[in-house]
Order: sequence, then C-alpha cells, then structure tokens
Amino acid sequence: MADKVRKDAVQALDGLLFDGMTIMAGGFGLCGIPENLIAAIRAHGVKDLTVISNNCGIDGFGLGVLLENRQIRKMISSYVGENKLFEQLYLSGELELEFNPQGTLAERIRAGGAGIPAFFTKTGVGTLVAEGKEVREFDGELYVMERGLTADLAIIKADVGDTAGNLVFRKTARNFNPMMATAGAKTVVEVERLVAPGELDKDHIHTPGIYVDAIFEGAAFEKRIERVTTRPRAVEGAGAGGDV
Amino acid sequence: MAWTRDQMAARAARELQDGFYGNLGIGIPTLVANYIPEGVEVTLQSENGMLGMGPFPFEGEEDADLINAGKQTITELAASSYFSSADSFAMIRGGHIDLSILGAMQVAANGDLANWMVPGKMVKGMGGAMDLVAGVKRVVIVMEHTEKSGAPKLVKACSLPLTGQSVVDLVVTDLAVFEVNRGRSPLRLIELADGVTLDEVRAKTEASFEAAAA
Repeated sequence: MADKVRKDAVQALDGLLFDGMTIMAGGFGLCGIPENLIAAIRAHGVKDLTVISNNCGIDGFGLGVLLENRQIRKMISSYVGENKLFEQLYLSGELELEFNPQGTLAERIRAGGAGIPAFFTKTGVGTLVAEGKEVREFDGELYVMERGLTADLAIIKADVGDTAGNLVFRKTARNFNPMMATAGAKTVVEVERLVAPGELDKDHIHTPGIYVDAIFEGAAFEKRIERVTTRPRAVEGAGAGGDV
Repeated sequence: MAWTRDQMAARAARELQDGFYGNLGIGIPTLVANYIPEGVEVTLQSENGMLGMGPFPFEGEEDADLINAGKQTITELAASSYFSSADSFAMIRGGHIDLSILGAMQVAANGDLANWMVPGKMVKGMGGAMDLVAGVKRVVIVMEHTEKSGAPKLVKACSLPLTGQSVVDLVVTDLAVFEVNRGRSPLRLIELADGVTLDEVRAKTEASFEAAAA
C-alpha cells in the first residue's frame, strides 16, 4: 500500500507545485484553513495561481499571505470582504476575480469530485451570475447551468486523520474541506493529530482515505479567530447568536 | 417615531413560528435572535455548516473551530449538528429552511432583491445570499426605509444588480411593514410604526402600494 504519510508540509507538497496551477483551499474565513500548507506554498514561491476558496484570508494571514507575495493571479470565491490588499490588487487589475454564490461554489466542487460535469440550480437566475450561461425550464421554473469544478491540487485541514488518509473534521472547521478533498487531482491534508488505522470510529469518518494522497501532522496551528465575540457571564440564556 | 434597529428586529422575529428552521443574515437580522417570542422554539442554521446555533461564548471559552457565517465565535446546543458547506446549501437550496431574514439595499414591488453589489464600488461578494433567496421557503427583509441620502429603498424596479428575482415575501422597515408576496399580488402596507403616518411613508417610498385599512 502506498505510504501517504509525510513529515511536514514541504515534503507533502514535493513535486506537486507548478506555475499557473489551480489550487483549492479548504476553510471558511480563517476557520479550518490548511495554515501549514499555505505557509509552505508561500515559501516555495510558485506563482500565477488560480485559487478556489470561499474567502481569501485576511491581510497577513491565511491565503492573504499568498496575495502579499503576488502568487495569486485569479480567485474563485463567494466573499472577499475581509481583505484590504485584495481590494487594492483587484482594482489595479493585478488580480482576477470570479464570484460564485456560496452554495453554487460548494456544489460545483462536490460535482467536480463526483465526476458530474454540470448541474442546474435556481440560485442566480436573473442575476449577473447567470450571464452567458444556459438557462433551462424544469417543471415551470427556471434554472441556470453551472459547471463542476476540479483542481490540480486540493489543500485540506482536518482535525484527526489516520495513516490511511481517513479524516475527521471538527465543528464548523469542516466547511469546504470534505468536497475539496474529492475534487483535487492530488489532495494533501494537514491534521492536528495523526493516528494509526483503527483508532478512528469507522462509522464516523467524514472523508474516506481514497481521496487523500498525502497526510501529515502540522507542527503548529495558530488557529486565529477573526471576530472574537463573547457575552458577559452575568447573562444566562441570551438569545442564540446573541447581541452584536 | 420610527422604529429603532431593535424594534425592527423584534417585529421581524414575530415571523418565526414554533419549530421553524431559520437562517439570519448579518446586521439587523442577527439581532432577531434576541427577540424570539416566548414559547417559540427555533433552530438557527449557520450556512458555514451548523444547525442549532447557540449564544456567543463566555470570555475565555471561544473555540476557533466554532464560528457563524459572520465569522463570530459562537457555541453549540445539545441538539446542534455540523455538516459540510455542500450539505448546508443542499438544505438551503432544497427548500428545507423555513425562513430567512436578510438585509437589503433595494427591494422592488415585484419582489426583486438587490443586496450584494454597488457597481463602481469594491464588491465584496454575494456569499450565501443568492442561494438563500432562491431556496428558502419564506424571505423576510429588514432594512431602513431610505438611504442615508434620503433615496427610497422600496422602489419600482431595482437599479442595483439583483440578488434574486421575485424572491421577497415581507419587508420590515423603520417606518412600516409591507407584504410583497414575491410580486404575486400588489405591494401592500400592512403595519405602520407607532406615530408614523401613511403620508410620510408615501413620501419616502418610490414603489406604489396599497394600504390595508388601519
């Protein structure tokens, strides 16, 4: 059986990076991002990247560091509001941008990984998103055709993985990671804890190892929080979501 | 007196029914969670992959792996569940969410909604808004009645790029509540904020509307 275990991000990415490639990066905001792999891609310097990720990190962290180093040519995202440098590069024409509705982005990646070249959705009908795309009527409703999405490389963050590549994600850090793991020609995963086969409950594995080409335990995880929001201890049972 | 942001949120919260699965947008819609009526149990969805959003954590108990769609730290409840973004939007696009409460830049009499883009300004992206309005059973908009400039936001036709066509069911502003019904019936004013007159609302609204007998 192929050995999937690598010692670190640099070894895990060895031979997989080339200029002009397309990379999918898991995460929502800074939650569940493959921070060790992003740092290694920054250090490698590979450029002209097309990056598919819901967001583009923040200034100085997450995918923001690849922007700073001018390694990204094009972003495919649903929301990039947290990033000043992004705005600057986009407005000066240095950076291309394709916006996808978040659910369309997730489904495009899921479809890509499942060998489905296109699908129809109601999302975006009658908006800029549908421009230039086929619109078809089904049962009296209009739907727009969206294409499946794949990448040369998917970089993924999971909480725990075993040496066979089986993955378990934690809380909302799951987000785009499971679909992206299926849609990369090569999929590289960093985990907070790497365990031996048999240690994970087989009924609770989120991503089966077939999708994973390389896996390593991250040396350190900063796990920055974008918006620390708390409630005072005195108030019990404040409404869900709380006051802002 | 026009309604405050909290009063608008409280009015929108009355649209929540016991047992509903709901999704709240960023801004005033987030405040709706504070006004869920007594005896009404609602499960809140966060489109980054969670059902059963709990309150903000106590200081020192934040978890970087547990955030809402606004990237704020939150907590889980006993019945919460986590899932991927694809599962989350299958829920939304498949029509399984009962109610979505969102903000808006413009709403038209036919139910068109614009809330993601102002041409010529930096565009941040639509996030999950287009999916929510396309898939959720009922869409309630909470917004100021006019722009800061005084320009009406309830218009004959949206001049800004659309988020969705004929998707809005109800609009709550600081002045009044309107039934939009996705444009299937004429726009109708159904409630005035305390002390607000019909004449004031007419003067600040571009779209023509009927007024329910008050």
